[in-house]
Amino acid sequence: MQAKVNVRRFNPDEERPKSYTQQFDVEVEEHFTVLDTLIKVREEIDGSLALRCSCRAAICGSCAMRVNGHAVLACKARVSQHLSDDGQVTVEPAGNQPVIKDLVVDLEPFWDKLRAVEPYLQPAMPEPEAEYLAPNEVMLHLVDVMGCIMCGACVSDCTVLEVDPNFLGPAALAKAYRFVADTRDEEDTKRLGIYNAYGGIWDCTRCGECVQACPKGVAPMDRIMALREKAVESGTPPGSYEGAQYGYRHSVAFEEIITHKGRLEETQLVVKTLGMFNLPKLLGMAPMALSAMFRRKMPPPITRAAPGVGQVRRLANRIRWNRLSKVE
Amino acid sequence: MYSHDVLVLGAGLAGMRAALEAARSGANVAMLSKVYPVRSHSNAAQGGINAALTDRGDDWHEHAYDTVKGSDFLGDQDAIEVMCREAGQELINLEHMGVIFNRDDEGRLGTRAFGGQRRARTFFVADITGQAILHVMYEQILKYNVRVYDEWYATTLITDHGRCGGVVAMEMRTGEVHAIRAKATILATGGLGRVFEPSTNALICTGDGMALAYRAGAPLMDMEMVQYHPTTLKGSGVLLSEGARGEGAYLINSRGERFMERYAPNMMELASRDVVSRAEITEINEGNDIDGCVLLDCRHLGRAKIMERLMYIHEVAMDLVGVDITKDPVPIRPGVHYQMGGIKTDVDGRCWDPAGNWKGVEGLFAAGETACVSVHGGNRLGANSLLDTVIFGRRSAEAAMDFAGANGHLEFSEDTWVGGEKASMQALLDNNGGGDLVAKLRLDMATAMDEGLGVYRTEEGMQQALNAVRGMKGRFKDVIVQDKGKAFNTNLIFALELGCMLDCAEAIAVGGIERKESRGAHSRLDYAARDDENWLKHILLYQGPGDQITKEYVPIVITQWQPEERKY
Repeated sequence: MQAKVNVRRFNPDEERPKSYTQQFDVEVEEHFTVLDTLIKVREEIDGSLALRCSCRAAICGSCAMRVNGHAVLACKARVSQHLSDDGQVTVEPAGNQPVIKDLVVDLEPFWDKLRAVEPYLQPAMPEPEAEYLAPNEVMLHLVDVMGCIMCGACVSDCTVLEVDPNFLGPAALAKAYRFVADTRDEEDTKRLGIYNAYGGIWDCTRCGECVQACPKGVAPMDRIMALREKAVESGTPPGSYEGAQYGYRHSVAFEEIITHKGRLEETQLVVKTLGMFNLPKLLGMAPMALSAMFRRKMPPPITRAAPGVGQVRRLANRIRWNRLSKVE
Repeated sequence: MYSHDVLVLGAGLAGMRAALEAARSGANVAMLSKVYPVRSHSNAAQGGINAALTDRGDDWHEHAYDTVKGSDFLGDQDAIEVMCREAGQELINLEHMGVIFNRDDEGRLGTRAFGGQRRARTFFVADITGQAILHVMYEQILKYNVRVYDEWYATTLITDHGRCGGVVAMEMRTGEVHAIRAKATILATGGLGRVFEPSTNALICTGDGMALAYRAGAPLMDMEMVQYHPTTLKGSGVLLSEGARGEGAYLINSRGERFMERYAPNMMELASRDVVSRAEITEINEGNDIDGCVLLDCRHLGRAKIMERLMYIHEVAMDLVGVDITKDPVPIRPGVHYQMGGIKTDVDGRCWDPAGNWKGVEGLFAAGETACVSVHGGNRLGANSLLDTVIFGRRSAEAAMDFAGANGHLEFSEDTWVGGEKASMQALLDNNGGGDLVAKLRLDMATAMDEGLGVYRTEEGMQQALNAVRGMKGRFKDVIVQDKGKAFNTNLIFALELGCMLDCAEAIAVGGIERKESRGAHSRLDYAARDDENWLKHILLYQGPGDQITKEYVPIVITQWQPEERKY
């Protein structure tokens, strides 16, 4: 089978470096991964093609890159499944990170963000003589997060990082979750304080791209949501970061309104999130409110409780109870 | 000039464990690695790590005996005792650092069975144990803020009169070449699987450290002892963990028989790796194969167990050969996996003998797969490699700190050393004639080695491989590096790695021809029996003089277990 591989290239050694696309015609076999294909290019056609790769088995995390616009591990992506009808596939460096050469990106910001979440176990002292006792279910749950190979595919496709490079990003926050969820770590309050800050858990927009991109099923966004839940449950104050305060109050208000009324009162949600006396922000919402009103889409400010609200409250209680026993 | 008390080359488990030990003691330590630490090949260790915990009723002597027997009595028993005795504490250290190990019903560390051992003493994290430990070790490196030269490639050890004083290395991002001065240098550069094709090893496993030490005058020991892992995927040669058999998977041939019955009636699929690999090749040679493979059958383990404990090999088999191991057996064959041999060290990682019984390089230490202590002898037990890395990584750091405390820096001319390395790199870059491409030459070498030094070997086959490799060493001088640039020139790095691999390949073949017996992984059709009378000894190889290789022998250390017939 013939593949036309369009590779985005960039050579910093040139006098005025510019990125460009180069097409390689490669004979590929059915079982070839994108990585096999690129290695063939590098070994047989152009030895100057730069990419990182090592294990060929989706465990070392070196070869995250964009294939047809989405981040994948090149060693896990069958090339035949990515070929267009006319046999083309486009390979670009991972996104949201500066390119060093061809498909090699600068990972320094990636590691810096990892450092920022204090990514090491902080147990209560003193250590026991033997191992810490921990339920197998807790460990099995952590295996899924520990499956993260730090490839950065999630970071490549994160839509928040596109507009705000300060965001800690899905990989670092998934790592952060691993410690909060680890029963041996005793620094949850400090940690949640850090993760509540600007660039932390409240800045995720829940777009789901990281879940899609992760080759190991870590589902970083779900971990970020779990951290939010922990922050709210543990009553960790949202700190001075406005974004965290709104995010935090939004979650609390949402739950409050639903359990009270059995349905969502959107007007109330806005008021409770921004604060009753936060006039500047509330006024800032006015244009949207007016436009909704003109289109007759303005929800009524106060509604009656939904029929069967008792049922909703019982459900809410049961969820709270389950959560509590899970935390214990 | 960059300057450190202790410099660690390689940032896999052995390297990071060494650096961590030095950092905790407050030493000026740095690590240098051609890949980011979490990309290291320790990741690929799937099944687990062995330790005999006394509070489980286990005894380290039992573990040591299993290891000695597994090594086919080539392992040094003093070193094996050290490793097995210290295993329990080191395992607990790992748990305290934050490794998440699978647990038993009481929340204590759980075990699984592994090959060549009479007791389940393998502690594990699903089938990603290496990755789970490697990433936690890196967490500790971040915690202690260890300086890491990320993506630097060391090209030579700086030595003078048999003393090592640091390295010359290239910063890959810029292509700049620097000298790094160190009072003590620890090699933790891993294995050399890429000398063979196919291999379970990552593309980075190119024997760099072994070649660097060898060129600097340190001896390589028992290089002929290359382990073939019994369960590697058809084609790519990617590993499927022994953990599968530990959990109860079967090996079956084309007739549906559990053929291990005939080769190891007691231990069956969990006999030592050399034994199982030979059995598979025999089955394949006798025509009981399916397209050159036998089958690994996990179906009866059930989906739940597979997804909890063998999730990674489930993923790999699905991705690479399209087999769902919960539903179908997967075709496998033996593949090159691990180098038991390596740079000779004592039990503290020293690459020289203070007593002077063998020559080496002072100030140089080695740990992990690149070293040969020797705890694995002729055949390594599964899940002893992770243990080896952490035990001897830590011990080499302790000895290196002592050495750095007692000795100053070696005086050398930075310009001369850096200039020399630049010149030899430039010579490679200047090749434009009719030489081979790097990849072509690598594949020729790896194919020749696979043919001549496979599971079964003969004098003739090994000699052919050796001749071929020697021919390729000549061709290497003309090898073509297409990338002439400075920044991230992986093409040049591959050429330098190939130079290392050719040195290692030659040593493997020379060692193989020299050892005229069958022991452990070294099975000769022309000397089919083990010969304790003549070959209960290690083979040391020194580079030089000139193109020659000098051979020496060192007796095996026997403390309490006399050689006996090996049956599983």
